[in-house]
Amino acid sequence: MSDMTDHATKGRLLGRSKVEDLVIVPLFALVAALILGAVVMVATGVDLATIGRSYVALLQGSVGSVNAISETLTAALPLVLAGLGLALGFRAGLFNIGAEGQVVMGGLAAVVAGVALGDLPAVIALPGAILAGAVTGAFYAGIAGWLRAATGAHEVISTIMLNLISYRLLDYLLRTPLIQKEGRADPISKSVPEVAELPRLLTFLDPNLRLHAGIFLTLAMVALAYWLLFRSKLGFEFRASGENAVAARFAGMNASLTIVLAMAIAGALAGIAGANQTLGVLGRATPGFSAGIGFDAIAVALLGRSHPVGVLFAGVLFGALEAGGRQMQVDAGVSIDLIGIIQSLIIVFIAAPLLVKALFPWGFRRDQTKEGGS
Amino acid sequence: MSVLLDKARQRQTRISGAILIGLGVLLAVFMAPDATGVATFRLSRPTDVWPVPNLVVPGGPFIYVISALLAFLGVRLFLRGGAKWASMILGIGLAIAVAAFLVWATAGKSFSLTGMLQATLVRAVPIALGGLAGVLSERVAVVNIGIEGMLLAGAFTGALVGSLAGGIAGLVAAVAVGGMFGFILAALVVTYRMDQIIAGVFINLFVLGLTSYISSQVFQEYRALNNAPVFRTIKIPLLSDVPVIGPVFFNQNIFVYGAFILAGLATYYLFHTRHGLRARAVGEQPRAADTLGINVYRTRYVNVTVAGMVAGFGGAWFTLGSVGRFDEGMTGGRGFIGLAAMIFGRWHPVGALLAALVFGFADSLQQKLALLGTPIPSEFLAMAPYVATIVVVAGVVGRARAPAADGKPYVKE
Amino acid sequence: MRVELRNITKRFGPVVANKGVNLTIEPGQVLGLLGENGAGKSTLMNVLCGLYSPNEGEIQIDGQSVRFAGPGEAIRAGIGMVHQHFMLVPVFTVAENVILGIEPVGRFDHLDLTTARSEVSRLSAEYGLAVDPDAIIETLPVGIQQRVEIIKVLFREADVLILDEPTAVLTPQEVDEFFQIVRSLCEAGKAIVFITHKLNEILDISDRIAVIRRGEIVGTGDPKKLARPDLAEMMVGHPVDFDVARAPFVPGDVILGIQDLTVLRDDGAVAVDDISFQVRSGEVVGIAGVQGNGQSALIEALAGLRRVVSGQVRFDGTDITQASPRERHRLGIAHIPEDRQRAGLIGTFTVAENMVLDSYYAPPYSAGTSIDWGRVHTDAAAVAEQYDVRTPSVHTSAAHLSGGNQQKLVVARELSRDTRFVIAGQPTRGLDVGSIAFIHERLMAARDEGDGLLIVSSELDEIMALSDRILVMFKGRIVAEYAPHDAPVDKGDIGLAMAGARV
Repeated sequence: MSDMTDHATKGRLLGRSKVEDLVIVPLFALVAALILGAVVMVATGVDLATIGRSYVALLQGSVGSVNAISETLTAALPLVLAGLGLALGFRAGLFNIGAEGQVVMGGLAAVVAGVALGDLPAVIALPGAILAGAVTGAFYAGIAGWLRAATGAHEVISTIMLNLISYRLLDYLLRTPLIQKEGRADPISKSVPEVAELPRLLTFLDPNLRLHAGIFLTLAMVALAYWLLFRSKLGFEFRASGENAVAARFAGMNASLTIVLAMAIAGALAGIAGANQTLGVLGRATPGFSAGIGFDAIAVALLGRSHPVGVLFAGVLFGALEAGGRQMQVDAGVSIDLIGIIQSLIIVFIAAPLLVKALFPWGFRRDQTKEGGS
Repeated sequence: MSVLLDKARQRQTRISGAILIGLGVLLAVFMAPDATGVATFRLSRPTDVWPVPNLVVPGGPFIYVISALLAFLGVRLFLRGGAKWASMILGIGLAIAVAAFLVWATAGKSFSLTGMLQATLVRAVPIALGGLAGVLSERVAVVNIGIEGMLLAGAFTGALVGSLAGGIAGLVAAVAVGGMFGFILAALVVTYRMDQIIAGVFINLFVLGLTSYISSQVFQEYRALNNAPVFRTIKIPLLSDVPVIGPVFFNQNIFVYGAFILAGLATYYLFHTRHGLRARAVGEQPRAADTLGINVYRTRYVNVTVAGMVAGFGGAWFTLGSVGRFDEGMTGGRGFIGLAAMIFGRWHPVGALLAALVFGFADSLQQKLALLGTPIPSEFLAMAPYVATIVVVAGVVGRARAPAADGKPYVKE
Repeated sequence: MRVELRNITKRFGPVVANKGVNLTIEPGQVLGLLGENGAGKSTLMNVLCGLYSPNEGEIQIDGQSVRFAGPGEAIRAGIGMVHQHFMLVPVFTVAENVILGIEPVGRFDHLDLTTARSEVSRLSAEYGLAVDPDAIIETLPVGIQQRVEIIKVLFREADVLILDEPTAVLTPQEVDEFFQIVRSLCEAGKAIVFITHKLNEILDISDRIAVIRRGEIVGTGDPKKLARPDLAEMMVGHPVDFDVARAPFVPGDVILGIQDLTVLRDDGAVAVDDISFQVRSGEVVGIAGVQGNGQSALIEALAGLRRVVSGQVRFDGTDITQASPRERHRLGIAHIPEDRQRAGLIGTFTVAENMVLDSYYAPPYSAGTSIDWGRVHTDAAAVAEQYDVRTPSVHTSAAHLSGGNQQKLVVARELSRDTRFVIAGQPTRGLDVGSIAFIHERLMAARDEGDGLLIVSSELDEIMALSDRILVMFKGRIVAEYAPHDAPVDKGDIGLAMAGARV
C-alpha cells in the first residue's frame, strides 16, 4: 500500500537529473504553493495590499532578524527530528502517521523523567530525560510495528488511532497527582527543573532568543540517521525491505524484526522531538503541546525525499514558514492556518512531480522516455 | 509470507483466548462484587403508543454467569484453537462482556436502552458513510485515506451553504464538494500517479488547513455564516410506534435513512449491475479489464468521485444533522474509523454498515456511561472506539481479502 | 476475414520493437509466429489487438484500412487475443469473466447472468470445451482457465484468434487436446495466429510459418518444406547447438534428504503432500510438473521460506527443517528464486547492492555494524565480469538490465560463493537462447564441482536436458521417477505422469 520511496526512485530510474529532482521540483512546489495560498486569501476577501504585507511579514518573521532566525531554527528542530524518524520508516516501507502520538508520549515522559531526576546534576538529568523520551516514543511506535509484524494490521490506521489515544492519555495523565502541577486543577504538568532543561544558546545576545542546545542534538541525529541508512547493515535491511519486501525475505532478512525496529527507531526520534519541545521550549507538558508537529513532520520527510540531509533542509523551510506565519498573523491579520494550506500544497507538488511539470513545463528538460511509452 | 501468516493466525487465536479469560477474571473479581442491586433497562417511554415493561437484571448473579461463560470460551479458544470459529467466538465473547459491563454500570440504577440504541445509529452514520466511501473507492483499487478530509469538507460546506441558503442547499453543496475532493484524489493518483496514501494525507491536511483558515479568518467575524439549520427527525408512520425498533430505526433524520439506503444501493450497484461488475474487475485485475475495452482510468475517476460524494453527505451529518455549526477538525478521526469499518465489513457495503454500528455502539456507550457516573475516567471511555478500531484492523476479529489491485497504480502499456 | 499487417513499426523510446513487419492472416488457417523470447512477437500482436498503436504502417481488414484506439475496437472488429498471462479476474465466475466488457443487461443496468450462463454453455458445447459457467476462476486448473479465455474471445464473435504462447502452461497431453480445439476452430472458419518459441509445436499445428527476429520478419514458409534446424537458425540468427555439455555422472554421498515432507499453501491447502526423496553430491535432480502442483512450495520450504508442517529436511546429515533462510545460506545452500523480479532482485537497488543482498551481513562485506561499500563494489565488478552480467557499471539499477542480465546477476550472486547445494526455480524462464545456454553451463559447472542441484522447471525440455534424475510432481506428490542414465526416458511417458495419469 505504501511504497513511499517509489517516486524518488522512479525519478532516479527515469534518469531525471539530480538537480531537477532535488532543487527545481521543491522550488517550484514552494512557489506554486505560495501562489495558491495567495489565491485562497483573495477568495476569502483579503485585499491585495494585505496579501503583499503578509508575504513580506512571512519573510521578515523567518529570516529578517536574529530573533527571526532563532525562531525559525527553534521551530525547525522538532520537525527535523520527527521527520528523520518518519524518513527512516518510509525507507523501510512503513507509512508511520503516528509521529504525533510518539511526540506526545516522548515529550511527556521527558518531563516526568526530568522532574524525577531533578535533584541530580545536569549531566545525568538532561540525558536521562531525553533518553526517557526516546524510549517511550520507541515503545509507543513499537506497538504499531508489532501489530503490523504479528497480525498484519496496517500501520496507517493503527498509528492514527494511537495518535488519538495519546491525546486522551495525555489529558488523563496530566491530572494524575504524580504529574500534575501542585495546586492546579487544570491539566498541566510540573515544570521541568533547570538541570533537565536544554540550555538556551543565544541569551548573551538577547535573553528572549529561544534557540537552545537541541540544535546540537538534532545535527547529531541527522548524521546518525545518515550513517544508519546508508552505511549500516540495519539500514541496508530497512531499504531492502522497503523497496521489495519479498526479495528481502528471500535474501534471508527478518521481515518482522525489520518492521519492529524501523518503527521503534522512528518512534525514538519522534520521542526525542517531543523531549526537545518540553525540555527546550515549553518547560512543561500541557494538553495539545505537540501542536501538530508529528503531522508537519510527514510533510518534512516527504519534502526531504526521505533523505536525512533533505529532511534537515525541509525542516528548516517548514520552521521558517512556522515562524514567519506567526509574524504574518500579527502584522497582516491573516490566520496562521494559511500556513497549513501552503504546507499541504507543497506536499502535493513534491509527491506528484508530473503535476509540477504539467504546471511549469518550461522548467524541465523534455522527458526522453515519454515518447511511445503510453 | 505464509509462514508469517500461519504463525500470526495461531498467535491471534491464542491472544483472543487470553483476552476472553482476562475479561472473565476482570468481571468476576472487580465488577460482580460491586454490582449490588438490580439493573433496570428502560425499553420505552410511558407516553409511547405501546409501552413495554422494563428489563430488570439482577447485577451480581448475571455478571458471575457471564464471567464463567467467558472463562469457558477463553480457555477453549486458548487450548483448542479452532481457527475457523475463533473470530466468531471472540465476537460473541466481547458482546456478552459488554452486556455484563452495562449491567455493572447500571446496577442499582435505571438506564434507557432504547435511547442508547437510537444514539448508536446516529453515531454510526458518519462512520458508515465513511466506510461506504472506502468500499466504493477500494473496490476500484484506490486506497482512500482522504475520507477524513472529505468528511470535514462536507461538514464545513454543509454549515456554510446551509447558513446561507438553507439545509437542502447545504446538503447538496456538501455532496458536491465531497465529490470534488474525490475527483481531486482520483486525478492525483490516476493521472499524476501520486502515491495513494500521500494523496490521501494531502487531502486531509489541505481540507483541515483550508477549513480551519476560513473558520478563523471569516467565521469569527461573520457568525451568521456558521449557523445552519439542522434536519429534524422524520417519523415513519406506524413503524415508528413499534416498541424499541420504532424509535431506533424509524424515528431518525435523513442521514440515518440515507446511510441505510446508500448501503443498499451500493450493494445493488457493485454486485448486480454491469457497471458494478466492471468496477470490481478494475479493482481486482485492471489489466484484464483494460484488454476487454473497459476504461480503467475513467472507472476509477467515476467511482472515487462518487465515493467523495458519499463522504461529503456523511460529512454534512456533523453540521446539518447534528449541531448546525462548524468547528475546526470536528470529524475527530471518524473517517479513519470508517476505513476500519470497511476492513471489518470485508469491503462489502452492508458489512461496512454493520461494522459502523458496532463502532457507533462503542461511541454511544462511552457517552451514556459518562452520564451514569462510572468510576472509569472519561478519557478512557473516549478511547474505546479507537482501541476497538485497532483491535479490528489487527485482524483479531475477522480477516478478509482486499481487492487484489488495491493501492496499486495502473499504468497503461 | 482476412487481416493484413503492412509495414508495421513500433518503437518504445529509442527501442525498436517491431520494424517494417508485413504479415497476412487467412481465415481457416493457423499462422505460426515463431521467435525467441524478446524477439517482438507479443508487441506485434498487441499492436494487432489494439493495446499498442503502431508508429508506422497500417492494419487492413478485408482490404479496408483500420485503426484501433484501444482493445475494445479491435474486439469489435473481430480480433481477439488470448494472452500468455491470462487476463482473467480470479475471484469472478467463468460466466462473469466471459461477459465482462459486453455484458447482457436488463432494466436498471441489472446483469443478466442467466443469458451469460447459457451462452457459455452453448459455446463450450459447440467447440468441445467442457467448462462450467459457475465455477470460480481461481479454483480451476490452468488448462481450463485457458479454455475460458478462448470462450471469452468466441463470445465476442472474433474471427481472428491470437494465441500467445498458449502451450507454456500445459502438459504434453493437454497440448494434444488443445491442438484439437485449435483445429476445430479452424474448421469453423476462424483464423488463428499461434505464437510460440517451440519448434515442434509450430511444425505440428501451423498451416504457414513466419519467423520473427529482433522485431523483423526474417522468413516465412510452409511447415512441410521446412526443417527443424533451418527454422532454429532462422529464429536465433546462428546455428544452434541443442545439447548441454555434461561430464559423466559421478554421484557422491547424499547431501539433501527429504523425509515425509508436508507443506501448506498460503490458504492452508496442502501444497506438498508427504513426499520423500534424496539428492546426492554431483547430482542434478529435476522436478517436472505442470505449474501449481506444489513445486513452488517445495522450493520455498527447502529455502526456509515456508513452514514445514511435518516431516524432515536433512542437509549433510544435520536436521535443517527449522533453520532460517540465513542459516541455510551459511551452510552453502544457494537459492535461485522462481521470480527474479519479485523475489530475486530489488529493481531500484544497484547491481552491487543486489550482488550482496544475502551476504552483506558478514565478512568480508561487513564487520560490526557497518558495510564496507568499497569492498562490495570491487567484488561485485569482478563477479559481474565473470558471470557475463552486461551492465554499464555496478552502480546501475538492476531494473535497467535486460531480463537475461538480471537473471545472470541472480545466478552470479548465488553461485559465485562456496556452494554445496543449489536450488533453482525456473532458472531460464523468459530468457533468450544465449542467456539460457550460459546459465545451463554454470549450473552444470556447479554439478561437476560436486554440488547437489534441485532444479524446478515447467519446461520439460530443460528438465530433460539438465537432469541426472527426474521426479514428476502432481498435486503435491511425486508420482514418477526417471533415471536417464539407466534407461532412455520417453517424453510422452513423463507427460502422462505430469497429467496425473500415473497416479
